[in-house]
Amino acid sequence: MKPAPFALAQPDDLAGVLAALARHGEAARVLAGGQSLVPLMNLRLVRPAMLVSINRCAELAFTERRGDRLVLGALVRQAEAETHPLVRAHCPLLAAALPWLGPQATRNRGTLCGSLAHADPLAELPAVALALEADMLLASQAGERRLPASEFFQDALTTVLRPGEMVRAVAFQAQAGDERSAFLEIGNREHGFAVAGVAVRWRLEAERCAFARIAMLGAGPVACRVPAAEAAIVGRPLDAGAIAEVVEAARAAVAPPTDVHADADYRRHALGVLLARALRQGDGQWASGSR
Amino acid sequence: MGERIEVTLTVNQRKRRAQVEPRLLLVDYLRHELGLKGTHVGCEQGACGACTVLLDGRTARSCLHFVAALDGAQIRTVEDVAPSPELLHPIQQAFHRQHALQCGYCTPGFVMTTLELLAGNPDPSQTAIRRALTNNLCRCTGYANIVKAVTAAGKALREGSQA
Ligand code: FES
Ligand code: FES
Repeated sequence: MKPAPFALAQPDDLAGVLAALARHGEAARVLAGGQSLVPLMNLRLVRPAMLVSINRCAELAFTERRGDRLVLGALVRQAEAETHPLVRAHCPLLAAALPWLGPQATRNRGTLCGSLAHADPLAELPAVALALEADMLLASQAGERRLPASEFFQDALTTVLRPGEMVRAVAFQAQAGDERSAFLEIGNREHGFAVAGVAVRWRLEAERCAFARIAMLGAGPVACRVPAAEAAIVGRPLDAGAIAEVVEAARAAVAPPTDVHADADYRRHALGVLLARALRQGDGQWASGSR
Repeated sequence: MGERIEVTLTVNQRKRRAQVEPRLLLVDYLRHELGLKGTHVGCEQGACGACTVLLDGRTARSCLHFVAALDGAQIRTVEDVAPSPELLHPIQQAFHRQHALQCGYCTPGFVMTTLELLAGNPDPSQTAIRRALTNNLCRCTGYANIVKAVTAAGKALREGSQA
């Protein structure tokens, strides 16, 4: 199918984008890479009357270290971030997750902020944003607000974004040098849609886990942190007994969805397996399959 | 609405100027307005890879891009891969020799995907090849010969010989 007709605005700067979004309100959608939006438009599941492209706003294509944060603007493409030295150095968890977002062809154009704003229930980046305690920088003509990712995602395909507002940037927590992390996922095809995944980071002090962040996708209607699992591991050595307990705690805490790809029990089981593997490996990648 | 947008873009090294409706997809522009029918349409939702082209040197799904937003872009399609009408590119040669196509519907997308893969990684492992191709769908071949063809093409390109 072809998309329904729409009008296209292509402002040269953020001020122009925000003005266009304010003028068109609910009728407008932001066009960045379009890799989430255009499929829905082609299927006519969405029919925005107005698209406001940010692709001419060079000011939104930045990746910067600011204090303890790594901040990526709305026009940073997924494939660019994947190989960016600052991402590799300060957010290895993000670098490990990015290849899983989809084929190279969509990662070449799709943006990080676009995927976050789209909030697909099985998307990778919301889980990464939760594990890296990201802040979402939301801009509108009325000004800017900054919200933790945990408050940004509401439900499947639903965020707190208001009409006229866009994700201007995402600010991930930079990972400490002695931190370990892993992103693991299973899907019906590698780099296709995910069935379940985990984004995990932790730090050991004197052989005991001093800090842990555990986020999952396919564990509920949207990506979520799993505080019960984090609590089960902190203060303990990462031995087989502790890993078995954290897996139990995680499986008890999640409420995975059932769909054509997998049922809730399968996902609950798989999430536990992935979490255990992640805690055993912690090199950011599948042991066998670094790209 | 109904308003047309003027764009200038380069397709297969030729400058093209067009007045387009905002909703015109790149794949439809290539096929219907330029007659470049080598780029195929499968799913129209980014899933099958039949419509893969190079956009500013990197693979892109041409069913997921609006021409109106591509002013100044460089597009390369499968028509611009062979060095001449009589000769095949080593990647095409390898697909031919290794029986990596049957109906050929998916082939242009695989060729464009392989171009990008081998440009970035001239000697990819079997895993790297399978990963690069995993989101291009072929309903005929069962993929084994496609992987063989990409392996052979990599070798041919490295050695500067025919696949
Ligand atoms: S037609 Fe574009 S990916 Fe299938
Ligand atoms: S050769 Fe027929 S779809 Fe691939």
